[in-house]
Amino acid sequence: MTLHPILAALRRHKAGVVLIALQIALTLAIVCNAIFIIGQRVQRIQRPTGMDENNLFMVTQLWVGAPTGDDRASIDKLDAMLRTDVATLRNLPDVESASTVNSLPLINSSWVNGVGLKPKQEHSTASAAFYFGDEQMLHTMGLQLVAGRAFTSADTQNRGFRDKDDPSIIIVTKALADKLFPKGDAVGKSVYLSDNTSPATIVGVVARLQVPSVQSWAKEFVWYSVLEPVRLDATFSRYLVRAKPGRLDAAMKSARAALFAANPMRVIDDSAEQNGIRTFADLRANAYKADRGMAILMSVICVILLAVTGAGIVGLTSFWVGQRHKQIGVRRALGARKIDILRYFQTENLLIAGGGAIGGIILAVGLNLWLIQRYEMDRMPVLYVLAGVAVVLALGQAAVFAPARRAANVPPVVATRTV
Amino acid sequence: MFRYYLDLALRSLKRSKGLTALMILTIAFGVAASMTTWSVFRAVSGDPIPWKSSKLYVPQIDMWGPSARGTDTSAPNYGDPPDAIDYNDAVALMRDHRASLQSALYQVSPSVVPDRPGTHPINVNGHAVFSEFFPMVDVPFQYGSAWNAADDERRAEVAVISGNLNDKVFGGGNNVGKTLNIEGRDYRVVGVLGKWDPQLKFYDVVNTGGFTDQEDLFLPFNTAIAAAMPNNGNTNCNESPKQPGFVGLQQSSCVWIAYMAQLDDEAAAARFKDYLTGFARSRYSQWPANVRLRGLMSWLDYEHVVPSDTKVSLLVALGLLIVCLVNTAGLLLAKFLRRSGEIGVRRALGASRAAIYAQFLTEGGMIGFAGGVLGLLLTGLGVAAVGVVLPRQIASLARVDVSLLLTTMVVAVAASLLASLYPTFRASRVQPAWQLKSN
Repeated sequence: MTLHPILAALRRHKAGVVLIALQIALTLAIVCNAIFIIGQRVQRIQRPTGMDENNLFMVTQLWVGAPTGDDRASIDKLDAMLRTDVATLRNLPDVESASTVNSLPLINSSWVNGVGLKPKQEHSTASAAFYFGDEQMLHTMGLQLVAGRAFTSADTQNRGFRDKDDPSIIIVTKALADKLFPKGDAVGKSVYLSDNTSPATIVGVVARLQVPSVQSWAKEFVWYSVLEPVRLDATFSRYLVRAKPGRLDAAMKSARAALFAANPMRVIDDSAEQNGIRTFADLRANAYKADRGMAILMSVICVILLAVTGAGIVGLTSFWVGQRHKQIGVRRALGARKIDILRYFQTENLLIAGGGAIGGIILAVGLNLWLIQRYEMDRMPVLYVLAGVAVVLALGQAAVFAPARRAANVPPVVATRTV
Repeated sequence: MFRYYLDLALRSLKRSKGLTALMILTIAFGVAASMTTWSVFRAVSGDPIPWKSSKLYVPQIDMWGPSARGTDTSAPNYGDPPDAIDYNDAVALMRDHRASLQSALYQVSPSVVPDRPGTHPINVNGHAVFSEFFPMVDVPFQYGSAWNAADDERRAEVAVISGNLNDKVFGGGNNVGKTLNIEGRDYRVVGVLGKWDPQLKFYDVVNTGGFTDQEDLFLPFNTAIAAAMPNNGNTNCNESPKQPGFVGLQQSSCVWIAYMAQLDDEAAAARFKDYLTGFARSRYSQWPANVRLRGLMSWLDYEHVVPSDTKVSLLVALGLLIVCLVNTAGLLLAKFLRRSGEIGVRRALGASRAAIYAQFLTEGGMIGFAGGVLGLLLTGLGVAAVGVVLPRQIASLARVDVSLLLTTMVVAVAASLLASLYPTFRASRVQPAWQLKSN
């Protein structure tokens, strides 16, 4: 089949052709950027924190009338309260282990410091998020130790929440270890925290642990975490608790009651939005709610967009079929087979959609570049554009099929009728 | 004549029900998607205090110097001072008192022990502020009033509470003069706030992150410091405090305090900027004075209070609307040109081009109207569904109100008129003679 008659016919419907092509171009540009956004968000939501997240819950509480923790005596008093709470939680029948923590991945409450290889290094080698907890922290988080050793109870110290952070031993994530010591021999090496003069020795390396912040400012060091065997004493505290398998609900219920029984002068929020005792699954859902929302919104827009464009093609092609009713009859009478008519409309659509797709590729890349510049978006891989082209071409073919088949079914006898 | 065109349009639309339904749906979905995202965008980017935002300013002072700037000179806002201030600067600025109203403020989150038996202590969020904070941001009072400058000076143990906390602790009513137990100390309630719950905590976006839950408690800044009530927001340090504890934080160059000033006109703002430059020069003579003074709205923009997701969503939804427009234009073109014969007859019988325009634009407008009505329903659904996909504090801001309804209708009708412009133009160019002949 030659393209010539198709092109000649298209020339008579310039406006309609341009409108469809334009629509396809815009659809392609928006759909591939939207799918790119969806892909990125889904990837973000699904990345594991490095913890064994099942059966975990977090308790956040605040003591009422507690000492401020500004002097040694009051720090010791706070520490005694903290140890009592952890012991209370560990003694519960449904609890497997519990630890004090200052923060957790995904909860957006960060302690960030620079880590360098020399004392008083002017610009630190890497920024990292710091987790402080007792010797059960690693076990409770369910981290995987890949080198060195875990903390022991002899390592565990305590200090006031606002005291200087000057650890003698730390555990780091593999990502941070590789950044600091690319040769992979981090265990036993010394590092210096921002303006500290005394070194901290790396005693262990864990496979993976995400930082608390999921916001864009922490983008550069998402996997750079440091663990310290330190109980931080403040007027508030957080506990990470691992329930025995299948006993999460029971453990959470008994935890609240047990803590209040141990010391009623405390606040554990119990409102729906701001609960002081939350499962980690809940914290995760909360952290990524905006990302999930964005992915859903982009999906909805994609579906509407493809539906509108598909329906538009159906509508306009149907009109053309109606308009060319008689010509189709003539072609059929002159010996064209049904399949020839079908092919004609399919080829016509392929040409228009192809033209639109070429414009769409340019628009898609342009839109992506603009989003990078204005809204910190990442560069879209070419694969997305190619997938987008395939989608719009397939959409065009699918949309054109019904009207084209109707055209193919025009009987040759139409040619003999006057209108 | 308009009624005649309405009648014609109705007949024409009825004749091809499928195509009409398709166009109405297209317009409705396009408009609903844009209006839903618009309702969110409007909510988060709106001026939180429109009658006054032009007079409110946030100063920034570089207390860390060039060495704190990092190595990446291409970083956004490279060389800008920190976005909060340290305690010593806050105290010095308050002492100088150069703006007509001003307040240093920091976020607190103490526990309150309700007076009523059988209740657990509760945790409340609030701010430690100076007395001028209340007139500066126009806080409405239900009972009582703010404390005064003398109370600031003598570190009076007084508190202003929200109506919400008033209900929770006292069970409602006028409780000015009663005492409230905060972190084990007694504070005298001097004021109960009226309905005031700015969703955007514009007075301290650095510590609150912008959109947070209601704040229930306001205490005098100096009193909170004296009571060693720690800050609940961000603390950003260039070097670790030399002394431990909250006192150490106050003596350090760590930044954790927000500052807002009311400057009544441009000249006052310029004078304050000069003062700020002099202030920085005298306190930090080791490096050139590096200060900023931003108006509230530009400050909110600088702090990226509007999530970029919101902007991208709006853009993508507008893109969808454009596609819907193009789609409708194509369908209308087909529909109008199919009636070339009818147009030819009307023209031959003496109808002017203007009459053809009127007829077909009426038809386009009708589709827009129908699309708008359906779009309103979909927008309503969309805004209701926003709660499922967006964080609560932002979702609760998106509302359907009269202005959103009107905008939806206007956008729908305007969009479909726009879409029918070219098809109508083509329809009006139909040559009557040619049409009559070919029939």
